[in-house]
Formats: sequence, structure tokens, C-alpha cells
Amino acid sequence: MNKDIYTKPFFLTNPITVLVLGICSSLAVTVQLKGALVMALSVTIVTACSSLILSLLRNTIPNRVRIIVQLVVVAMFVILIDQFLQAFAYDTSKMLSVYIGLIITNCIIMGRIEAFALGNKPWPSFVDGACNGLGYGMILIIVAFFRELLGSGTLFGYQVIPASWYLENGGWYMNNGLMILPPMALIILGCVVWIQRSIQKELQEK
Amino acid sequence: MNTNSNVYTVIYTTILVVIVAAILAFAASALKSRQQANMDLAKMKTIMLAANMGQTPDGSVDKGADFMKLYNDHITNAFVVDAEGNVVEGVDAFKDIDLKSQYSNLKKGQEVKLPVYECTMDDGRKVNILAMYGAGLWGAIWGYMAVEDDNETVAGAIFDHASETPGLGAKIAEPAFYTQFRGKKLSDAGQFSSVKVIKGGANGSENGVDAISGATMTSKAVSTSLEQWLGAYKAFLTGRSAAQPEKGECCCEGGECTGECEGECENENVNTEKDE
Repeated sequence: MNKDIYTKPFFLTNPITVLVLGICSSLAVTVQLKGALVMALSVTIVTACSSLILSLLRNTIPNRVRIIVQLVVVAMFVILIDQFLQAFAYDTSKMLSVYIGLIITNCIIMGRIEAFALGNKPWPSFVDGACNGLGYGMILIIVAFFRELLGSGTLFGYQVIPASWYLENGGWYMNNGLMILPPMALIILGCVVWIQRSIQKELQEK
Repeated sequence: MNTNSNVYTVIYTTILVVIVAAILAFAASALKSRQQANMDLAKMKTIMLAANMGQTPDGSVDKGADFMKLYNDHITNAFVVDAEGNVVEGVDAFKDIDLKSQYSNLKKGQEVKLPVYECTMDDGRKVNILAMYGAGLWGAIWGYMAVEDDNETVAGAIFDHASETPGLGAKIAEPAFYTQFRGKKLSDAGQFSSVKVIKGGANGSENGVDAISGATMTSKAVSTSLEQWLGAYKAFLTGRSAAQPEKGECCCEGGECTGECEGECENENVNTEKDE
């Protein structure tokens, strides 16, 4: 199997920073690392599993209803994930609210199915889906790390900025309220894209 | 095989949809009891938090607290009243009352069923925990308020929201906001009144709390919803604390009629669960 399948989704064709897909959820669920992590895993499971199933079915799917068949399979996995979270991680499920259901509208999933899974064997499709999900998740985690650290002073809910630094305790530090709001996610995302493009020169347009 | 023929397409999609539906139906029914248990626990948690139980001294949630145990130990009675203050029989306050549909009844001026949870505190005091539900800026807001047995003093309150702005309106669910309600009075110059959320600061007002800066709409929504719901609860609250009990109501203490009113003492314990 071509090793590009493993590496490209993380850097050269990263779904968020290069293809600019899945931006909506990367702004909405990156206030806390926990939410971002669960979202990243959910999207990875959905892309990997639906790529696998649709790749297995690829020679039987009637071409005229191709997109609908894809939707049905993706929707099934999304609903299963939603149900599982409600049963086993209720607080996280409440925190992510509608965004779990909205995974179905994440362009990365349909994009990978159309572009890759329908023309490749099941195992490479599964790996391609998983790596794209993880490439998406990687950016989510990076953004959430800065937003949670600077916006709430915590990481995974644990206080990391000493309480004595805070203004109300006689210190000098204050959480940045703007970090919690979506516009700051977009700005951090922009910075990530900027750093990536200045390192990977082949991404720069002439 | 021609995968583009009509017959093939119809059969293919039918089979696919049936399989997917079967998987989803199986998953939904297999996970239902766990999901319901989670929802019940979340509800018990908010109810107990309203009575300041399961909280650390600064009012934030004690992560180690067992809310199901707290609920079972302290909620000694749960019943449903209507807007006239009468107990509605045969309705389970915890399971049967959907606050959202009661809220739409309340707005339309239709008959409402209001849940009341009677909570016995560690020192033997009894507080009534009342529910509230309303529309915030972006989505639903809801909460519970615990009222002391003088039916006037607020013991505690808790609020939660579906999708208020993080860092602004979402602060209604933070201790700095909801602990303000402790000790406030449901009265204004002798008249029954809701607790108001006041923009610009309550300045120690007896029935007002500070609004959240930058979240005027959410603060207003809390104030309005409280007013609507406490308005509906008014008959229940004032009917019991009024100096002059209405005819037919009983002013019993410890099961003995004090004789200042008509009626029997058997209504003293309005306990729908224990009577059964």
C-alpha cells in the first residue's frame, strides 16, 4: 500500500488546514480538549467505518443512487455514535449537543468516500478514512489545547495555571474570554495554517 | 449484472434501508435503559444542587457526590400542583412532568402541572424545590429553585442551558451567578414577587440579584422565566404561608388542627407516594 495514504492526510492534504473542510465543527467543539478529543475520535470512527463498508459495496451500488446510499451508511454510524455517547458518556454528549449529529454533514466523510473508497479496496479505504479522521482530529486538538489553556486555564478540565496567579487571588493573570468564543478558534486555525505553509513550502502558491 | 436497472436499484435500496433500520432499532432499544438512567441522574443532580446539596463550600459541583443517593435520602416527597395550588393526584412529579410542554401551556395560559420536590435537609428543615423552564437567547434554559418552609426565603437555585454563549450567557450555570439567589426573598414590600435579575447590579436588594455583564438577554430570560413560573407557583406558595388560611384549607401542625380554620387535618401530609 502506498505510504502516502498514511502521511498525506496529516500534512500535505490535511482536511482542515489544506482542504479547508470540516471548519464548522472545528470552531464549535474546540472550547475544551475533552470535547475536541471525543469529536476527533467520533469523526475518525465514522470516516473509517463508512469508507470500509462503502468500499466493500462499491461494485454493487447503483450509480444513480450512489450519494443516497453513502448518506444512509454514514448516517447509520453517526446515529450509533450518538446513541453510544448518550449511554456511556452522557456529560460529553450533552456538551457536544448537536455537533455529533452534524458529523453527517462533515464534508471530509463524503469527500473521502467519493474520492477514495468507491475506487479502492476495503483495507486501503479504511486506512485512508481513519488517517483523514485523525488528521482532522490533530488540528482540533491543537486548537482546543490553546483555547482551553488560555481561555479557561485548564487542560482536560484540570487547572494548570496556578490559582495564585489570578487577579482575584491577588495575582496578575486573567483568562482570555475571547478564547472561548468561536472567532478566536478561527484566528488560531489561521495561525496553524500559516505555520504549516511556512514550513511546507510546496503548499505555497506561486 | 446491470446495477443501473430500476428493479435492481429499488431492491438494493430497500434491502440496505431495512438492514440499517434493523441495526439502529436494535442499538436504540439496547441502550435505552442506560440513556434513561443517565437522564434521570442528571435531573436528580440539578434538583439536589438547587437545595445546595452535593456542592463544595463555594457552590460548585462536588464531583465525588453520589447524587442518586442524595436524592433518595433527602427528597422525602414529590408531588404536582396546579396553578390554584391544589395537588394533582395520579401524576408522578419526576417521571410524568415534561417542563418544556408545561412551559408552552404556561405561555398559552392553559392549565399547568407544576412539580414540587420536598427536600428534608440534614438539619431537619424542609425546603420545597420548584422547577423553571424558559427560552434563553439561543436555546432553552431551565433550573430549579429551593424555597424554605416559610415559603418566602430562597434556599438555593440552579440553572442550566442548552446553548447560551460560552463565557457570557453560559455563566448562569456557574456558582458566581446561582449562589446569589441564596437568602433572597420572594416578596417586595409585603407583596409576593419573583426574584429579579437586575442589570447594573442589585445593590443588596432583597429580591434581586446581579445580572451577568455582557449577557443582558440571557439574564433577562432568567428573570422573565422565574417570574412566569413563580407566578404559577404563587398560589401554592402564598396559599400555604398566608396568615389567613382559605376556607377548606387546614392549618395543622404535627397532624393536629390548631382550630383556627375549617377542615380536616388529613390533608396535612400531601404525600402521593407514601399514601399508596
